[in-house]
Parts: sequence; structure tokens; C-alpha cells
Amino acid sequence: MELSRFPAYLAGRLVKAAIVVLAIVVCNFFLIHAAPGDPASIIAGQSGAADAKFLEQLRAQFGLDQPLYVQLWVYLKGVLTLDLGFSHRQQASVAALLWDRLPATLLLTGAAFLFAIVIGVTMGALAARRVGSWSDSVITVLALTFYATPLFWVGLMLVLLFSVTLEWLPSFGMMSVGVELSGFAWLLDIGKHLLLPALTLGLFYVAVYARLTRATMLEVADQDFVKTARAKGVPEGRILRRHVLRNAMLPVITFAGIQAGQLIGGSILVETVFAWPGIGRLAFEALLARDYQVLMGVFFCTSVMVVLFNLITDLLYAIVDPRVEVS
Amino acid sequence: MTRLLTVENLTVGLPAGADRPHAVEDVSLHLDAGEILCVVGESGSGKSITANTVMGLLPKGLPVKGGAITFEGEPLLGLSAEAMRSRRGRRMAMVFQEPMTALNPLMKVGDQIAEALAVHGKGAEAKARVPELLAAVNLPDPAAIARMHPFRLSGGQRQRVMIAMALALEPALLIADEPTTALDVTTQAQILRLIREIQQRRGMGVMFITHDFGVVAEIADRVAVMQRGRIVEQGTASEVLNAPRHPYTRTLISAVPHGRASDRAAIGPEPVLAMKGVTKTYQRGGWFGARAVVKAVHDADFTLNKGETLGLVGESGSGKSTLARCVVRLVEPEQGEILFHGANLRPLSRQGWLPYRKRIQMVFQDPYASLNPRRKVGDAITEGPVTHGVSPAEARQRALELLRLVKLDPSAMDRYPHEFSGGQRQRIGLARALAMQPELLIADEPVSALDVSVQAQVLDLLAEIRQRLGLTMLFITHDLRVAAQICDRIAVMQRGAIVELGPTAEVFGAPKHPYTRSLLDSIPGRGWTPPELAEIS
Repeated sequence: MELSRFPAYLAGRLVKAAIVVLAIVVCNFFLIHAAPGDPASIIAGQSGAADAKFLEQLRAQFGLDQPLYVQLWVYLKGVLTLDLGFSHRQQASVAALLWDRLPATLLLTGAAFLFAIVIGVTMGALAARRVGSWSDSVITVLALTFYATPLFWVGLMLVLLFSVTLEWLPSFGMMSVGVELSGFAWLLDIGKHLLLPALTLGLFYVAVYARLTRATMLEVADQDFVKTARAKGVPEGRILRRHVLRNAMLPVITFAGIQAGQLIGGSILVETVFAWPGIGRLAFEALLARDYQVLMGVFFCTSVMVVLFNLITDLLYAIVDPRVEVS
Repeated sequence: MTRLLTVENLTVGLPAGADRPHAVEDVSLHLDAGEILCVVGESGSGKSITANTVMGLLPKGLPVKGGAITFEGEPLLGLSAEAMRSRRGRRMAMVFQEPMTALNPLMKVGDQIAEALAVHGKGAEAKARVPELLAAVNLPDPAAIARMHPFRLSGGQRQRVMIAMALALEPALLIADEPTTALDVTTQAQILRLIREIQQRRGMGVMFITHDFGVVAEIADRVAVMQRGRIVEQGTASEVLNAPRHPYTRTLISAVPHGRASDRAAIGPEPVLAMKGVTKTYQRGGWFGARAVVKAVHDADFTLNKGETLGLVGESGSGKSTLARCVVRLVEPEQGEILFHGANLRPLSRQGWLPYRKRIQMVFQDPYASLNPRRKVGDAITEGPVTHGVSPAEARQRALELLRLVKLDPSAMDRYPHEFSGGQRQRIGLARALAMQPELLIADEPVSALDVSVQAQVLDLLAEIRQRLGLTMLFITHDLRVAAQICDRIAVMQRGAIVELGPTAEVFGAPKHPYTRSLLDSIPGRGWTPPELAEIS
């Protein structure tokens, strides 16, 4: 990649990304409003005073009596100033709610992501190196098992084993309740809580990376330039690291980009199973409560993540693979 | 002279289920320092296997079953993997056929050469040696090239990098496995000259593997001819080239396109196809980057008369295929007239084109990729006529006749393409094109992917069919000998334009354009005229 062209390229990509995010926001808005039921009717129903007049009043208060296009306009104006609205249910601004939950989710998904990449690629590389041997078979079978097992079930089984039977690890939450911890002990406590959910979330991707790495490495190992390296007397270990693995990483990067984008949205199930106080659970609760503003906020947040990680992947690709032209 | 390499009675097995028990059988050859030995043979003859055995690079499935290899006085077979590795690159090096894939796409070429030095403990010298080596293979601005990734270099430049890498540790033996096969003719001539020059300067022994007798004539001191895993003839270059003894060598040499135009009936001025002012440009870039415009075809007017064969000759990227594809609308030019019997085809709609589809047919280069692997041969041939309203029974009947015409067994109808060899598939492709009873046949490098003996058969077949059916043909090729043999007139293309157009004998005998002259000068073995050999039955 030529560095001189990089700023223009990045600017272009950012403009495109902004347009995409805006389009997603509009789509989300209409999707949510197409669903039956609105927050006013839920609140009215729960407060037990569902007469028509109270409903009208609530709707007027939330701005729900305005025509749809006006509501959209108001919302869009808000999004552009990063004001994502107000959750009447939780009596807090959506941005504050998201901001509150984001670190927990990023911690969980980031840990799962790293775990998946490191373990997955290592397993795949080992399997490819000893293709046909018993260790290859073990890894392949293991990967297939992770791949085929549903997430929540893995989560429940891990809890059953490590929390209930062995009592090694806590089964829910992000930190121990009722204990004041600081420094290293605090970190260790969070780490203990993190282990099971991150494992659960990451296992599926471990399988994907292991299979992807193994397949690509075997494919790359057959290519001419590997033979060239062998012909110039490069030792096998070095061939594997410098020639095969590096080239095999290209599809892995592509997939890692997709996974990174999905991590925030994809953690709903795991956050629910482990009562992890993140965005996923926020979304789940908002959905049950028909909390439009929060839901749209979560969608906005996840779509920004997807677009952002797409961009990062493309940039990374341009750095790793010199053949990618930024034009 | 010192004996560098001796291979004695080498036998390498093939996995069970292959078409023969041994990849190479009882092969004996030797190479002195300062000598170039050409190993010649068609695909599958075992020449690459022999070379890979010497290098210790045999794939796992192929066991050495017997024989001995002595290199610099030491037996090679039976050496440990590490001992072989330490010799590879240092004492013996190899250059491969495909320059496009033989270099690691993610590593700078300088780093790849430096790696060869580093793995043999000479990493400290790399900084000084890499530019030296790149300069030694005549690459301009070595320092800049060293920092480039392979994709920035042309095929010829990459092959030079490969040679520089092979020479890094000054090996005593260089094995070159078809190093010029994937290159254009002018580049090929340069690379051959380079190998010869370096070999003489350093006194290396070179084992040069090729299928092209022109290349053999250009470079070989001695020749070994391989057929089905055995060496059938060995001798000095002039012996083997001019007085071949073994029937197989004689077949191969008589199959070399001789480049002599045969007598043909006179062609009257009865235009079938005329290209006037056809222009095709490709653009790249958008939004923010600078726009790059490539003129693929421009200034390429020609007229093709009834019954005539016009050869479009040029190197890769010259626009010859694009021009031909414009005629059948696989490429849509943005300007100009494509006159077929006086009617302009260019502005026609898809619908308007339909009646012309069957009158203009095309045969493609790659016999493996141009047939649908899931369709029986019979279906592939009858599909066209049936879509154009011929009854299936009649189409089948015609397909059977065509198979006979292209000298295939009628039983081919119910078989799948993978059951046929490359030459047979190219005949199927030809039958498929002829099934439409076209007036104009466009053949895009129809024999380039074929072994020389098969190539000769397909060329003979084309000549015969052309005469019998009175076909008009546009014949695209990069091989000037082939063009000379089959074409009435030749159009030489360079960078999208026809730079010279004239009767074959004139273009070859008295080329006017400097580019035509340089093309003709680059034909490998131009000093060698294949001997007229008695027909072998």
C-alpha cells in the first residue's frame, strides 16, 4: 500500500461507513415501528390503569402521537448529536445506559475473541502440521464437536461442571456481590467470573478458526512458493511459520473481522445465561419491555461496531497483503 | 571437465492405481560442470520427477525404488533430510516453471533472496549481496526492486528474481524446470540468454527441463529424451536434433511446427468479417483514486476473406484475445464497426445478435476449463444446435458425424470430459464449435496448452477441416511457428494495435515493423531447421 494515498482512502471509507450507518438507523427505526405494541401500551398495562385517556397522555408525552416521519426526523437529529433518546422505563438516557453496559460486553467479547483466535489458530496449525496423524484427528473431532454444540447448552454444562459440581468458578454475574475488593484481588475476581462466559462464547469460534486455519494451511502448503522455499534449503519449521502460516492468515483475518463485528450482538444468549451485565442483556430486557429507544440504541451501537470492524479488517488486510491496492 | 552429477538406474514408483507402475524407470544420466543438459519430453514423461529426486523434493507418495544419485562425489540417496536441506540452495538450486506463483506473495523479493542466504548462515552478507544478485540477472534499479513485492513485477522480472535467488550461494548445479514456458517469446529469449551467460561465467552445470525443441536447439549441449518414465535417447544436441535415432524422438521432432507455409488455394476478395475502428478500453479506479485507462484494442482494422485463415499474433497483453472476443461479443467494444457480411454487429441487441451466434463460433485455449465437467460430451456438442431449433435426433446424428470428423470414437458421446486427454478435449471443443455449422471460426490459442505431438495432430485436423468445409478462420496464437504453418495472412499485434499485416511469407521473410523483427529474432532455436524425417508409421 502506498502511504501517500492512505488519508484519501480512509476519508472515502469513513464517508461510506457513515452513510451505511445512517441507512441502518433508518431501517431499524421502521422495523421497530412495524412491530405491534408500543411502550405506552406496555407501561399502561403494567400500571393497571389502561384507560384510553391515560394512553393518549403517555403517547403525547413520549411523542408517539406525532406522524412517523416527524418521529424519524426527531430521532435522526438526535443520533447525529449522539443523543439516542430517553428510556422512560429505566428513567435514564439511552446513551448513558449503553455507556454503562458497554465495558462489560467489550470485556466479555474481547476475551472470547482473543481466546478463539489464539486457541483456534494454534489448533489448526498443529493439525495441519501433523495432517493425518492421531493429533490431527483429535483436533478435527474436537473442533467439529464445538462447532455442532449449541452455545447455551455448552454454557449450562460448564456451569454444571465447574460451578455446581467442582465449585471452582462462579456461575453468574461479573463480580462477587457484597465484597469490597481492590487491586489484584478485584481483577482476579472479575477474571474468575469472566472465564466461563468467555469460554462459552469463544468455543464455537475456536472451532471455526481451527478448521479454517487447517484447511488454508494445507492449501497453501501445496503452493509453488513453498516448494521454492524448500528448494532454497529453508528448514521445515521456518517454512511453516514464515511462508505457510502467514499466507494462511489472510482468510482468518477476513473471518475475524466478521466475528468481531458480530460479537456485541452475538453475546445476548451468553449474557443471559450467565447474567452478565452487558449490552446483550440490556437488549433482551428492552425487547421484553418494548423499550423502543433502548432497542434502537443497541442496534445503533452494534451496527456501528460491525461497520467499524469491517473497516479495520480492510485496513489490516491492506497492511498484511501488499497486493491489496487502496484505490 | 569434472563430473558433477550422475544418476544411475533410478527408479521412482507411482502410487497404486496410476497408469503405470513407475514414474521414472531405470533412468541414467550424467552432467559435467559447465555443461547444459536438456531433458526433453512431453507432460507426464517423468522429467520433473527426475529433477525433484535429485533435489530431494519428491512428494511423499512417490518412493525411490532403486538406483543411485552421485553429486559432487557423494551419494545423495540415503542422506538425512537435514543433510539434503543443507545442500539445497547452497550446492544445488532450482528454478520453476510458474514465475507468477513461485514467489511468496507476502514477502518482498529482496527478503526472499536474503532468506536463501540466511538459512545457510550467510545472513550477514545479505544486505550487500541482494542488490548485487539482482544486478547480475540484469534487473534495472536493484535496490528498488529488492523492496518490491512480487505482484509488482512482470513474469520475466519474477523469473529473473528466481534465478537471482537460485544463484545466491553460487551452487554447482542449477536445475531449471521449464523456466521459460510461461513467458512471452521475447522474454523467453532474454531469460535463455541470461541462463547461458551465467552458466558460462560461473561454470555451473545446468539441468534444463523443457518440452520445446526450439529451446533445446537454443541452449543445450547435450540432450536426454524421456518417454513414459524412461530415457529413450541421449546424445549431443546436434546429434539428437539433426539425426534423431529413436522413433519417439523422430515423432517429436517431426511434430515441431516447421514454420513453412503450405500451398493453399488462392483467396478471392470476398470479405466475411471486417473490423473498422474497433476500440476497447478498460478503466480502473473510482471515487478517490486516480483513474487508470488501458487501451486494450485500438487501430486494429482488418478484413477476413472467405476461406481465409488470418493469424493474430502477439505477446500476452497485446490485445489479440480481446480483439477476437469483440467479434463474438464476449467483450463489448465502445467504438467501431464489426462488419459480418457487411452487417454491423456492434450496435445489435442481444436478440438481434442471436441469428449470428451460430454463424460465428469459437474454440478456446484451455481444453480442461472449456468443457462443463458434469455434461456428457454428446450433450455438450448437441446443446448449441438444439437451442437453435434443430431436432435432438438430428443434432445427435450430426454430433456422431462430427466426432468422426475430429477422429474420436462415437462412444465418446456418452462419456464425460474428464475421461479424455487434453488433445482429445480440444477436438471435442472443435466438434462443439463445428456443430453449429459456422461460417467463421475463431480459435483462441487452440493448441497452446497441448504437448507438441498432440499439437501437431490438432493443427493437421484444423487444416483438413478448413479445407473440407471451406471455413474462414481467425487464429490467435503467440507461437509464430504455428502461425506460419496454418495462416494465409498474419496480423502482428502490439499494445492493442496491429503493427503489421500481410501474407505469411512476406511477414516472415521481410518483416517491416521493428517489433515483428524482434519477435522473429526471439523464436527459440531459429537457427535450427527441424530435419525432414521420413514418415514413421
